[in-house]
Amino acid sequence: MTLREIIQLVEGAPLTRVIPWDMDINYVTASDLMSDVLAFAKPHSVLLTGLANVHVISTAEMADVAAIILIRGKQPSDEVIRQAEEKGKPVFGSPHSMFELCARLHNAGMQGADVNAL
Amino acid sequence: MPPIPEFGRVQELIYELQIKQVMSREVATVTPDQSISDLKNLLRVKRISGAPVVENGKLVGIISVEDLIRALSKGEMAASIRDRMTTSLITVNEESTLIEAVRKFAQLGVGRLPVVNDRHELVGIVTGGDINRALLEALGLRYEAEEKHHIVHKNLFEEISSDETSIRLKYAIASKDFGNGGKASSRMKRALETIGVPPEVRRRAAIVSYEAEMNLIIHTTRGGELSVCVSPERLQICTTDAGPGIPDIDKALRPGWSTAPHWICELGFGAGMGLVNMKRCADEMKLESTPDVGTRLEVVIYPQLHT
Ligand SMILES: Nc1ncnc2c1ncn2[C@@H]1O[C@H](COP(=O)(O)OP(=O)(O)OP(=O)(O)O)[C@@H](O)[C@H]1O
Ligand SMILES: [Mg+2]
Repeated sequence: MTLREIIQLVEGAPLTRVIPWDMDINYVTASDLMSDVLAFAKPHSVLLTGLANVHVISTAEMADVAAIILIRGKQPSDEVIRQAEEKGKPVFGSPHSMFELCARLHNAGMQGADVNAL
Repeated sequence: MPPIPEFGRVQELIYELQIKQVMSREVATVTPDQSISDLKNLLRVKRISGAPVVENGKLVGIISVEDLIRALSKGEMAASIRDRMTTSLITVNEESTLIEAVRKFAQLGVGRLPVVNDRHELVGIVTGGDINRALLEALGLRYEAEEKHHIVHKNLFEEISSDETSIRLKYAIASKDFGNGGKASSRMKRALETIGVPPEVRRRAAIVSYEAEMNLIIHTTRGGELSVCVSPERLQICTTDAGPGIPDIDKALRPGWSTAPHWICELGFGAGMGLVNMKRCADEMKLESTPDVGTRLEVVIYPQLHT
């Protein structure tokens, strides 16, 4: 699925500028624990999270996560957005809950990034 | 490449440069009375993916390769462009700055915008590529590739002749410095890219170093040192600190075991999974600790095993 299709499904709004809309996304990771993300995330994946601090951006950078979706309308600080743009990690906000977003993406055929991530 | 000053400069440029400074002025256009078949020929010859529709000098619509595909699949290649074009037009004025176009690209997910003057006449067209090119030119950078991940770095080791080459990187990590958590690992990951370490190895190394860096920040009394030693065959990541040490190493290595204070969880850490993650990314891992003296962690990754 392309990033554009994912963002339509989650009714997301871009919080960073310059979005690679046609990038392919193959997996979803959903977690508020950064060690979980570092364990499970794969390249070509989106991260759904309720955490909106700079560590989310660093985690995405280290694990090569392609894009970040902040759930339930969480607002990141300007510093978070600045770092996301510097590191080329697109960030979106979605008004929906983690459960709702996972259900939508799963129903659309998206796969979770699992334990054998590496 | 020092990223921060340049990024600041990019932002300034986006607010300074005008669309007319970066747009293409030679626009391939079609008229409403031409057919979809004419459009197909134009797109093929010019190697473009869409064209503005102009009638009597005025911009009246836009038509893209998606419209062409739709017509093609219905066998309606003879249809007129007038019937198939999009007339709800999103344009950008030639006098506005790049940020206008960037916002519209991002918000609307479109790839190109017709540029008009104050009399609503078509004067050019602007794409994401035009903006990238202009920014890179303005920054005096080589135009290597449109997307960052397409840049292929050469391997530094192949350029250096010696009996044994290794590169050592060192980073000082301060205790409880959460605001800067991840900075050292970020710098390290970029350094590995410059050296030419392959992406999957870089990713593993970055995960190890980030977990290890956060452990120094969260768990140590006086911080410590993160060091990385890279050679073509071996990538070693070490952290050392001067306490408090780990009383029971077996426990520390257990998934879910954590002594992190509760509020650390609000930052997304303290799941007791860091060492487990490191082990999974490592080909070898050693953790040694003496209470009240300090802890030494060593992780080795063999690049050949992961490429
Ligand atoms: N450098 C260190 N000095 C002292 N104790 C440490 C050090 N590194 C790890 N520990 C101890 O080992 C435990 C487990 O570490 P680990 O990285 O696996 O989990 P965590 O840091 O608690 O949580 P997470 O890494 O999931 O955010 C820590 O809670 C801490 O007690
Ligand atoms: Mg840890």
